[in-house]
Amino acid sequence: MLLEMRDICKDYPQGKELVKILKHVDLTIEEGDYLAIMGPSGSGKTTLMNIIGCLDVATSGTYRLNGEDISRASENHLADVRNTTLGFVFQSFYLLPKLTARDNVALPLLYAGVKKRVRRERAEEALTMVGLADRIDFMPSQLSGGQQQRVAIARAMINQPKILLADEPTGALDSTSGHQVMDLFDELNGRGTTIVLITHEPAVGQRARRVRRILDGRLLAEGEGGVGDAW
Amino acid sequence: MFENISLAFQGIWGHKMRSFLTMLGIIIGIASIITIVSTIKGTNDQIKESLIGSGTNAVTVQLYQDNYAYTITSYNPAPQGISPISEDTRQQLADLDNVVDVSLYCRRRVDSYEGDVCYMNRAYSGDLFGVDEHYFSAAGYRLSYGRGFLADDHARFRKVAILDTGAVSSLFGGEYPIGQILEIRQEPFTVVGVVEKAARSDFAIETMRDYEMYADNTGGRVFIPLADWPIPYAFDEPQAVVLKAASTDDMTRIGQQAEDLLTASQITDAAQGFAYQSDDLMSQAADIQKLSNATNNQLLWIAGISLLVGGIGVMNIMLVTVTERTREIGLKKAIGARKRRILWQFLTEAAALTSLGGMIGVAAGVALSRFIASAMGTPTAVSYPAIAVAVLFSMFIGVIFGMIPAVKAANLNPIDALRRE
Repeated sequence: MLLEMRDICKDYPQGKELVKILKHVDLTIEEGDYLAIMGPSGSGKTTLMNIIGCLDVATSGTYRLNGEDISRASENHLADVRNTTLGFVFQSFYLLPKLTARDNVALPLLYAGVKKRVRRERAEEALTMVGLADRIDFMPSQLSGGQQQRVAIARAMINQPKILLADEPTGALDSTSGHQVMDLFDELNGRGTTIVLITHEPAVGQRARRVRRILDGRLLAEGEGGVGDAW
Repeated sequence: MFENISLAFQGIWGHKMRSFLTMLGIIIGIASIITIVSTIKGTNDQIKESLIGSGTNAVTVQLYQDNYAYTITSYNPAPQGISPISEDTRQQLADLDNVVDVSLYCRRRVDSYEGDVCYMNRAYSGDLFGVDEHYFSAAGYRLSYGRGFLADDHARFRKVAILDTGAVSSLFGGEYPIGQILEIRQEPFTVVGVVEKAARSDFAIETMRDYEMYADNTGGRVFIPLADWPIPYAFDEPQAVVLKAASTDDMTRIGQQAEDLLTASQITDAAQGFAYQSDDLMSQAADIQKLSNATNNQLLWIAGISLLVGGIGVMNIMLVTVTERTREIGLKKAIGARKRRILWQFLTEAAALTSLGGMIGVAAGVALSRFIASAMGTPTAVSYPAIAVAVLFSMFIGVIFGMIPAVKAANLNPIDALRRE
């Protein structure tokens, strides 16, 4: 089992009250899985994503990732987990505007302590994999939205992570670029990468192998709530 | 590390105007410190050069009583029990290491109301020297006009006198002195020559007393052959010595060796409390330098305040930078940058900013001190250790004042940082 969450709760203080964002969430993900988490805004899907992605820690419950209990791991250890085990793709790409595509892609390797020459080679390979071999030395501002998102995917994949986490990856793209990105996800999953996707677009969710819905902080059982429902 | 530094400079270059304004406080602070330090060093070098390195390397060893230089006058008579320096002793002095020349002389301070030295109806106040044939070269004089003492003058006890320019102006005014007759204790002496200090600088000081004398601008110096000294005065008056050293660095040692030798050979038990001492020029130079340093140190503190203000400016801009780059920090943390790496990134940026400011400040300071030197004629000398310290110190300021912004950046929560659009 690659990922196992048991009884995860997350509270946020809001003024004097504690708001329960996540309520007793159980989730397991196997290696090679392709899961979409769908829910309306405010349902807690981003918070769940942050906890899965080790950007946030749960208030209670246990979280095992890759065979290791990281519910109480130190900040530095979580940084290392994000660096090596996880890859992130965000709605608005988050590329550093003053670095070339290659340098953006190579950044996680810098934090992993890889030598410069190796970083450059592997960044080139990753960009070739996402079909941007001819855009290696372009600045993000010279790339289209779809190309930028593919650079971001190359960056997420450069450390060969166990799980690729994508938060509304097509939210800022036109439908053609969105399809290209989703095709890329299918390809990566076909090669064995586990993918967890959050979205509120049914068309995007449908491409995943499994869909779990989240509503008011509760993760519904598989098959609960129809795929085509409007939120 | 190297990548961090090059990224930091790219960042500075990317915001030229802002970076320059941020650095301005540091630039002004460092520039003023460099200027002040250069001026201090220039003044000190000049003092040292005037006192010691005026080309003569002359060490004077004279009689002291209870640590005060003993000046013979009519009311301060020559002490008993101190014998004239023998040829044998003179040879021992000449044999000391790196002694180039040795000269013996007698010296008195004469006052106009006593009328010891007169020309026509004018009486002279100043110094009267009886000097041997080595004196003018050892003490660093050169002939201005007329002639010097000849071997014959000493051998035949010719009554001739040589004046320095000070004595010429106080005794003769505008008159031409050569061939005129001076009366020294009613004995006629013919003026044959005029000498002046050989040093390039007219600010020539040999001893602390010279310094006071020049300040008072009294009299001058009248020289007669040492052999003639017993004509106006007693034959056994104590003598002093001028030693010419091979180099400035030998002066202190030679002075001490000569002190010991002369005190042992010349001072008998009858002369209690007397000793031969050398004028330690090094310590006199230090005394005068201390005076100029004290005032300049206060200026340095004021310049230091502008560095503090500059540092606060850097902190302010770095805080703004951290806020502007929240998303970048959030992303870097999300893809695995540890806290310490973010901390270093911002510390490096602050230090790069202030170091660059420091270097520009050094350049501005050097240029400014050159300008002051040429415009006001005060000496300046660029101090290389001061430049190194200034650049290192400005880097240190960057680290200190960059600390708060860098800690703030390192502690940003990645979720909050990414959420901000």
